Amino acid sequence: MPVTVIIRKKELTFEAGLTVFQLFTRLGLPLEAYLVLRNGELITEDEHLREGDVIELIAVISGG
Amino acid sequence: MRCRTCHTKAVINMRHHRLSLCKDHYLDWFVEQTGKTIKKYHMFGHSQRVLVAVSGGKDSLSLWDVLWRLGYNADGLYINLGIGADGEGGLPYSDLSAEHASRFASERGLKLLQVNIRQEYGETIPEIAARTRHGGDRPCSVCGLVKRHVMNRVAAQGGYAVLTTAHNLDDEAAVLFSNALTWSSELLRRQAPVLEEGEGLTRKAKPFCRVYERESAAYAILRGIPYIHDECPYAEGSTTLYYKEILNQLETKRPSSKLTYYTTFLKAKDEGLFTPEPPEEHKALHPCPSCGQLTSAAERCAFCRLVPGLKPGASPDQATSR
Repeated sequence: MPVTVIIRKKELTFEAGLTVFQLFTRLGLPLEAYLVLRNGELITEDEHLREGDVIELIAVISGG
Repeated sequence: MRCRTCHTKAVINMRHHRLSLCKDHYLDWFVEQTGKTIKKYHMFGHSQRVLVAVSGGKDSLSLWDVLWRLGYNADGLYINLGIGADGEGGLPYSDLSAEHASRFASERGLKLLQVNIRQEYGETIPEIAARTRHGGDRPCSVCGLVKRHVMNRVAAQGGYAVLTTAHNLDDEAAVLFSNALTWSSELLRRQAPVLEEGEGLTRKAKPFCRVYERESAAYAILRGIPYIHDECPYAEGSTTLYYKEILNQLETKRPSSKLTYYTTFLKAKDEGLFTPEPPEEHKALHPCPSCGQLTSAAERCAFCRLVPGLKPGASPDQATSR
């Protein structure tokens, strides 16, 4: 069962086993600009993505 | 990753501080750090009345929450800019933001002052920008000008000792980067955690000036503070966002770059990197004959020239649940 990653209202799928850090490398995104929620809970970049996880990347940078 | 304090599972890792914390210890740490910043820069005391500019976003609502938890006497000010009104731009951005600010205040029994730009001046911010063509094809410079004017006016009328804004470290670093790119010495000289009051201008303070934007977002999420996640429709493609992206690429490779950049700038200023403000610049400022706020313009200030329907004595709605 793949991992679902939601970023800016778009859904992407990745294989389980990646760390959050590796996910960001794959996406080419800076860790600094996002927070990561797994099933609604904040997680750190060393966490491994598990089968069936729903991962939400929250953009934290605003243009104000 | 484990919490440095209690060794349970961490929810956030701040590489620039080499610190990972669990939810409870992060929420305590964040409040404590803000309190230290307020004291470090002598921003305000518990006996003073503070006005917090709130936008309905993560930073300003987190700031108001922290000031409330620290026991400061802080009221909120929400300015409805009319962005997205009448279906313009798709999302009713200002009305949604207002809902977040109002709900936050009522849930905590805090006093929220509200100013609606269209009701007060007859036009929304995008309408003023379109009519005057001030600032090119974006309403951002009109927005900044009007917000500064209204914040000063409400703070002065309400007798507040200080106006706080939730500018965070990413905001400050982006402004610094922008001003340093062009060596705008006057703007560099003015950038500081506290801007002292002048005639018609209220003292301003930025208690989040050392807080990473990621940290204030984490605080809002962990505290369960609902905020508007959508970006202002006019911010897309802005120079500020571009500079923040560049600085975040640097931060990702070199943790603490943003904090070092900003704090060493402040230190260099303290050590005399910039010459003091020439006294003649003070003399060149005078009260606007229309609104009374300080201006360097020959006659009326930029705001009064922009908004002819000015009602100088207008008072904000006091949507309070206290």
